[in-house]
Amino acid sequence: MRDVAIIGYHRMLPSLQNTAEESQMVSIVVSGALNQAGLSRRDVDFFCSGSCDYNMGRPFSFVMALDGIGAWPPACESHVEMDAAWALYEAWVHLQMGHAEIAVVYGFGKSSLVDMEMVSTQQLDPYFLAPLGVTGTDLAGMQAAALLNTGRYSTRDFAEVVIRSRTAVGGSGTAKELLQAPQLHGPLRAHDLPVRADGAAAVVLAAGPRACVHGAAHIIGIDHRIEAHSVGARDLSQSASTALAGKQAGVVNVDVAELHASYSHQEFILKDALNLGGGVVLNPSGGSLVDDIPMVSGLIRLGEAAVAIREGGANRAVAHASSGPCLQQNLVCLLEGGRG
Amino acid sequence: MSQLFTAPFELAYPYKRSLGPTLSVFFNGLRDGRLFGARTEEGRVLVPPTEYDPMTGRSTKDLVEVGPSGTVTNWCWVAQPRSDHPITDRPFAWATIQLEGADTGLLHVVATDDASQMKLGMRVWPVWAEERVGTMRDIQWFQTKPPPDCSNQHTVAAPLTQIISPSRLCYQVTASELLREFLVALMDKKIVGSRCPVTGKVYVPPRGASPVTGQPMESDLVEVAQTGTVTTFCVVNIPFEGQRLKPPYVCAHVLLDGADVPLLHLVGGCDAAEVTMGMRVSAVWVDDAQMAPTLESIAYFQPTGETDVSMLDDAKPA
Repeated sequence: MRDVAIIGYHRMLPSLQNTAEESQMVSIVVSGALNQAGLSRRDVDFFCSGSCDYNMGRPFSFVMALDGIGAWPPACESHVEMDAAWALYEAWVHLQMGHAEIAVVYGFGKSSLVDMEMVSTQQLDPYFLAPLGVTGTDLAGMQAAALLNTGRYSTRDFAEVVIRSRTAVGGSGTAKELLQAPQLHGPLRAHDLPVRADGAAAVVLAAGPRACVHGAAHIIGIDHRIEAHSVGARDLSQSASTALAGKQAGVVNVDVAELHASYSHQEFILKDALNLGGGVVLNPSGGSLVDDIPMVSGLIRLGEAAVAIREGGANRAVAHASSGPCLQQNLVCLLEGGRG
Repeated sequence: MSQLFTAPFELAYPYKRSLGPTLSVFFNGLRDGRLFGARTEEGRVLVPPTEYDPMTGRSTKDLVEVGPSGTVTNWCWVAQPRSDHPITDRPFAWATIQLEGADTGLLHVVATDDASQMKLGMRVWPVWAEERVGTMRDIQWFQTKPPPDCSNQHTVAAPLTQIISPSRLCYQVTASELLREFLVALMDKKIVGSRCPVTGKVYVPPRGASPVTGQPMESDLVEVAQTGTVTTFCVVNIPFEGQRLKPPYVCAHVLLDGADVPLLHLVGGCDAAEVTMGMRVSAVWVDDAQMAPTLESIAYFQPTGETDVSMLDDAKPA
């Protein structure tokens, strides 16, 4: 295996509505990530992005966004119609194959253009689920109910996650206050749901000797796994795919975890699947609960885990990204510092 | 901050989806008021049925009738129904329902008076829609009492081989600052573009970043001429659904004087057969009363009568 590391990362500040062109957003984050890595666009061998046309409301939205990378002379480029964390996986494979030394991964998305609940319905199977109009939040409510039925956690635990996440981004409050609110989606209250946002993020990956720079977060394990789509065919209180991806990635002895838990209760399912003990610092960035950007939140977890190593003094950090209803598909990446 | 330009945009497709050997039994069953599951090699019965066992990936064997009643294995109360939920006028529960004879849960809705009546393991019966077409909505909801008539109704209609599965999303599109300036300029019968600070090239309509450098464009937009040259064109002779103009008409790339990339628009005011590459054209605006912040405010580009430009030099890459 080649040594591959995150050597640059930039994300836009959270924004409920960002009216910039996609290419402008991409330009900002790609420049920012390359600046952090001390590189220019000419140093990049491979670009890979994640976005979703259902979300942006126009076909080939990633093609328009290509202006933001300066794709001339013609760039070596690829795209996934998924969270950009999976674009990072593709770039990692590309680097492992020896096709490139430096890769830039970016994602962009907007929640403000469309009712994201409506989009979540359209992303379900079109025979049994989508015709019912069931939404991602409806299904998250089912998942939270299944977790509570195990007796392992309470809605108070969910509220504590919300408080910790909000505190990480300068908020305040108490779980007791939150629990006064009505339950809207099964056991979930409004605060258990993600704050939808617009934005973009980019990560710079380097391979081989280029990866050995100060502040680099080395990818020492990465894997992604998927399970059945049908929510009735799975035990929603657990995440078998996260557990297996975590095992394959070799997750052990981590200081920090950035988990893509857009609903408060999902943090417990993921924490259990990855066997994270009480000493692990969870979502120091605040997590996707406080700002959830479609197709970007997963990549941000990888970027923030690298920040925890570069700036937070962590030796090992685990990053997780998720896709599909009720954590159907999960990517786990183990990062380590201290080689630069 | 200047006022945002927003517009509604609906994206809808009336998809037809084929059913295949397994799902066709399920959906024909729904139309008949009957429920079916797929039996795996191990003898588990999956509802809804799939052609494969999600645990092993192997093909499922036969289809077996299940239900009609089942037990609730998980549920979630919806306090505020959405307009596209199966029940819209009162709170209800989403539930996974393990039908008699099934080993997995079917997701559907349960109608009860309030959440306190929902219990894990409770028995529920489907309430069938009077007119059934072969969709999940042929079951209106499940309820805690057997409906008066739970009998199967065999239809004589031809077997279903596909279902119509409409897909619809509603957007509120907001123009970026750049696009807004471009559209506002059109209202003043001006055409503006953005200039790359590195290459000096001018792009119309303005772009968010320079396609060559990936860096921001100059902050001030530049006005270009309303005259230009046809670099290439296409005579549209074929009618198609949603067509707004009567064929034949001419779509063309017009390289406006002062711009470095062509604008896609129409050429009119002459016979389609007269249009040439290199033809000089100028913008014809719609009547003042029809002017709106859209490229449709330019009705078309019409020939100026100037001598054609030789395309040989311009055809070479810069």
